[in-house]
Amino acid sequence: MKISVVRDILEANERIAQQNRDLFDENRLLVINLMSSPGAGKTSLLERSISALKEDLRMGVIEGDIQSSQDAERIAQAGIPVVQINTGGACHLDGNMIRDTFGEFSFKDLDLLVVENVGNLVCPAEFKVGEDFKVMILSVTEGDDKPTKYPLMFHESSVLLINKIDLLPYVDCSVKKIKEDALKINPDLAIFEISCKTGEGLEDWYDWIRGRAKDKEASQ
Amino acid sequence: MHEMSIAQSLIDILRDEMLKHDAKSLRSVRLNVGQMTAIVPDALSFCFQVITDGTEMEGARLIMEIIPLMGYCSECEEEFEIKDYAFLCPSCGSTKINTIGGQDLSIVEIEVD
Repeated sequence: MKISVVRDILEANERIAQQNRDLFDENRLLVINLMSSPGAGKTSLLERSISALKEDLRMGVIEGDIQSSQDAERIAQAGIPVVQINTGGACHLDGNMIRDTFGEFSFKDLDLLVVENVGNLVCPAEFKVGEDFKVMILSVTEGDDKPTKYPLMFHESSVLLINKIDLLPYVDCSVKKIKEDALKINPDLAIFEISCKTGEGLEDWYDWIRGRAKDKEASQ
Repeated sequence: MHEMSIAQSLIDILRDEMLKHDAKSLRSVRLNVGQMTAIVPDALSFCFQVITDGTEMEGARLIMEIIPLMGYCSECEEEFEIKDYAFLCPSCGSTKINTIGGQDLSIVEIEVD
C-alpha cells in the first residue's frame, strides 16, 4: 500500500531553531552565528568587537568548540557573560545545544548574542540555531579559491569578513577574486576587509552591527 | 556529512507515519533530496540500513530523487538550473534570483504492508 507523506526530514532541528528564534525575538535580541575555518579569527574578532561595542550594546557570547574552554576564558576576560559548549566531537552547533545554554543567560538584559561556532568551513552552514544572521570570516592565508570550493557557507552568510589583510604582502591571495567569486554565489553578501591584528577596516563592521541592533530594537 | 543523524530523523518520522496508518512493515521510501542539502545518497542509504537492521523497517528500499538547485529571476521571470552555485540569470544577467528548488530534504511517499 502506497501512502503519500509530505514531511520535511529536517523538521526536528528546524522547529527547535524556530523556537529559539521566537524567544530571541520576544527579547528583541540580535543573534549572530559566527563561522569560519579554525584559526581564521573568530575569537579575535569577538575580542575587538566587544571592546568597541560594549558601551553601546549589552553583549553575551556562546562559545562552541570540540574541546577546551580557552575561547570562553578569553571572552570572560573582556568582561561579558559567556557560556562554553564542548561538543566532544560534533563538528557544528545545532539548535538543541544552543537551547541547553539558555538557563545561563538573562536575555532581556542583552542586546546582542554572538554564537561562535565550531571552526569548520563546511557543516555549520547546514544548521540554523535560531540566529538573525550568519556571519563568516575568511582569512587571506586560506587562499582565494575558497568561495568556489565551499559555496554553501558563502551562500548562507549575510556578511563575509576577509581577515588578516595585514598579511597580504606575504601570501598569494587575490582579495578581488574572493569578492568576485563570493558575490556570484551570494549577490547580497556584505563584505568587509579587516585585520583584527592592526584594527584596520573594523569600523565598518561595527557600524553594520550597530545598524542591525537598531533595527532589532525597533522591530515588532 | 551528517547522514547518520539524518537517517535517525527519517526513521523517527517513518515510525510515526507507520503508527498513524497501522502499518506492520516498510517496503520502500521515496525521498526528495535537494542538491543544496549536501546529502550523499550512498551514505544516507548505508546509515539507514545500519539503523533499521533488525527492526520492522529492515530491508526497506530508499528511493532518492536528487532535486537540482533551481532559480527564478525576479527581473525577467526566467526559471533556470543554478550551476556551480552561480546565482546569476543566464538570460538577462540579473543577480536578483529567488531559489525555488533544491533546498529541501523530504519524504514524498512510503510503501507499507
